[in-house]
Amino acid sequence: MQHFKEEIKINRRVLSVLVENQSGVLSKIAGLFSRRGYNIDSLSVGETENPKISRMTITIADDDYIIEQITKQLYKLIPVIKVIELKPDNAVYRELVLVKIKTTLETRASLIETTNIFRGKIIDVSKDTMTVELTGDSNKISAYIEMITPYGIVEFVRSGFAGLQRGNIKITD
Amino acid sequence: MKTSDIIIKCLEKENVKFIFGYPGGAVLPLYESLRHSNIDHILVRHEQSAAHCASGYARASKEVGVCLATSGPGATNLITGIATAYMDSIPLVVITGQVNSNLIGKDVFQEADIVGSTEPFTKHNYLVKKAEDIPKIIKEAFYIAKTGRPGPVLIDIPVDIQRQKMKFNYPSNINILGYKPTYKGHLGQIKRALNKLKGSKRPLICVGGGIICANAVDEFREFVNKGQIPVIHTLMGIGALNEDSTYHLGMIGIHGNKGSKNIVSQADLIMIIGARIADRAHNLIQSLNNDIDIIHIDIDPAEVGKNIKSHVPIVGDAKTILQEFNKKITNLDTKDWINQLQIIKSTEKENNILDEKYVNPKVALNYLSDKAHNDCIVTADVGQNQIWTIKNFKFMGKRSIFTSGGLGTMGYSLPASIGAQFASTNKVICVTGDGGLQMSLGELGTIGQNDLPILIILFNNNRLGMVRELQYNAYGKGNYYGVDLKNPDFILLSKAYGIDGIRVNNNKEFEKVVENALKSDKPYLIECMVNPDFATL
Ligand SMILES: Cc1ncc(C[n+]2csc(CCOP(=O)(O)OP(=O)(O)O)c2C)c(N)n1
Repeated sequence: MQHFKEEIKINRRVLSVLVENQSGVLSKIAGLFSRRGYNIDSLSVGETENPKISRMTITIADDDYIIEQITKQLYKLIPVIKVIELKPDNAVYRELVLVKIKTTLETRASLIETTNIFRGKIIDVSKDTMTVELTGDSNKISAYIEMITPYGIVEFVRSGFAGLQRGNIKITD
Repeated sequence: MKTSDIIIKCLEKENVKFIFGYPGGAVLPLYESLRHSNIDHILVRHEQSAAHCASGYARASKEVGVCLATSGPGATNLITGIATAYMDSIPLVVITGQVNSNLIGKDVFQEADIVGSTEPFTKHNYLVKKAEDIPKIIKEAFYIAKTGRPGPVLIDIPVDIQRQKMKFNYPSNINILGYKPTYKGHLGQIKRALNKLKGSKRPLICVGGGIICANAVDEFREFVNKGQIPVIHTLMGIGALNEDSTYHLGMIGIHGNKGSKNIVSQADLIMIIGARIADRAHNLIQSLNNDIDIIHIDIDPAEVGKNIKSHVPIVGDAKTILQEFNKKITNLDTKDWINQLQIIKSTEKENNILDEKYVNPKVALNYLSDKAHNDCIVTADVGQNQIWTIKNFKFMGKRSIFTSGGLGTMGYSLPASIGAQFASTNKVICVTGDGGLQMSLGELGTIGQNDLPILIILFNNNRLGMVRELQYNAYGKGNYYGVDLKNPDFILLSKAYGIDGIRVNNNKEFEKVVENALKSDKPYLIECMVNPDFATL
């Protein structure tokens, strides 16, 4: 699980992209990243308050030059309406993680306690596993994952980032 | 009304006069509708050529070129042509038939995901899901293809949708939320650029194909003459400035003028207009001196700052931006600088040695250039023949050159010349190599069938000449591999297609036939026998 520890140090950048909700948009965007050699760390997508428009939150670990290039290339795609960078000090990000953790009679209590501290929710239990739902920013999630790694992670899935600017600003303003 | 009729009606509304295409099962309804329309369908011999023809047509007519193919193999055959147009920013609308909507994704007969495959090299593409969307899609497609930075747009239409019935209603306007190209350059930036120009002692313009796309050649020439600013160009920028202009310094890049590196390295300001500064020109940019000021003008914001950092970026249409510049630009004091550049420029020496046994292509092209009309259109293929043409044919006045600059696609010039000849009454000259000609050889059939008065100049060196030369440079003399061509008798072959022609073995013979060939209103092929070891530069 070395992966999680490193992640905290990476200079992560988050782009919020409004796109027209047509078929094939996701492949157009993903294709743009792969063929231009940009790496997507995470990508989450869903409809906005306007069903004709979707919002993608894309996280990338890259420098200013690449972010500028990505932004300009994204704008070249016809269905892309708006691209902004969400900066940590004026945006909120959340990610959802589901983790299935090994449990025994002895470890169960302490796992529940740890999970409560992180405000995780236990959503499924079996004889020797427990599945937890956790939302938060990446630091919180990484910290939690680090805490529970010694118990043994059976499986986990992350939703990818979702983010919005703070305050009353709208991306299209 | 039948949807296929509506599709053709939409094309008529977009002023389409010619469609270059190849039929098949998935476009049968469309062909039946075409049969009843005023649009001329030109049957090519391969779909790749349909796209190249449309490209030549678009370049010569300054309209959108249209091509049509069936699903599956028809559609995939278009790919090289579409990618070629994309790289050179040529406006095309490409229509493909698709299998029945309910069969899409089932790997049925002649199905191919053409929308998925062309995503990287179309400006935009559509898979039609509902007949009712078609008028809006076609309207958008033409608008997207020709506005902003032009490019190809593909529309894939399932055959069952072509057969449906619906009411026709062509939208009068469009609003694409995410697509609002910038035309007007930022006035503040233009002012900054003007100030930088005024302060510069050794300004230089590097011009690319964008000037030609933007139809801004007149504005550009006015700007250069008013400002007295020397100009260097990329391959796609040929024709932006008359070659006999005092300010014309030739081409940059690996096939450019030898002195161009030197010219660039001495400038204190460079103004890049409509050029990608791709890798072939990029090495030159690396020879820029450190404290140079860079002004970069492009309609595509993604080009500005991509390969070279600019101090004054200006996004917009070259035509309107240059009009703004022309209002304010005054003579810069560049006399000494220009004199200095003329000396560097004149270091170029051409190989003018005549040989009894062979045609010297450089001499032949110079001669052709002297005799050709002032408004002729030249298409050049890819390889040595291309470089010989762009360096020896003089692009002056209203002459233009169409060649595959971005993708470097062999087999381009013959079909592009067909499209150009349909668009224009000017003389079209197609220059090609023996390799390139054979890549779209079948189009001799299209030329013959339509009796197009194209003059084909074939440089036959029995080799893939440029690759032979690359191998020579990389591996030494005699180490060629995979580049020998056992050629057919091209004259017999063209005669078989109904095209007259002659083989010439030296420049004297060439000169004897060329004038008449230029005057002919029939297709004609001059096959020039070239020494296989003759160099590109
Ligand atoms: C479709 C395609 N395939 C391969 C190449 C690589 N290539 C570049 S130049 C060249 C040789 C061209 O030979 P020919 O058409 O005889 O022209 P010449 O160089 O002899 O004038 C080749 C193979 C290319 N540019 N395009």
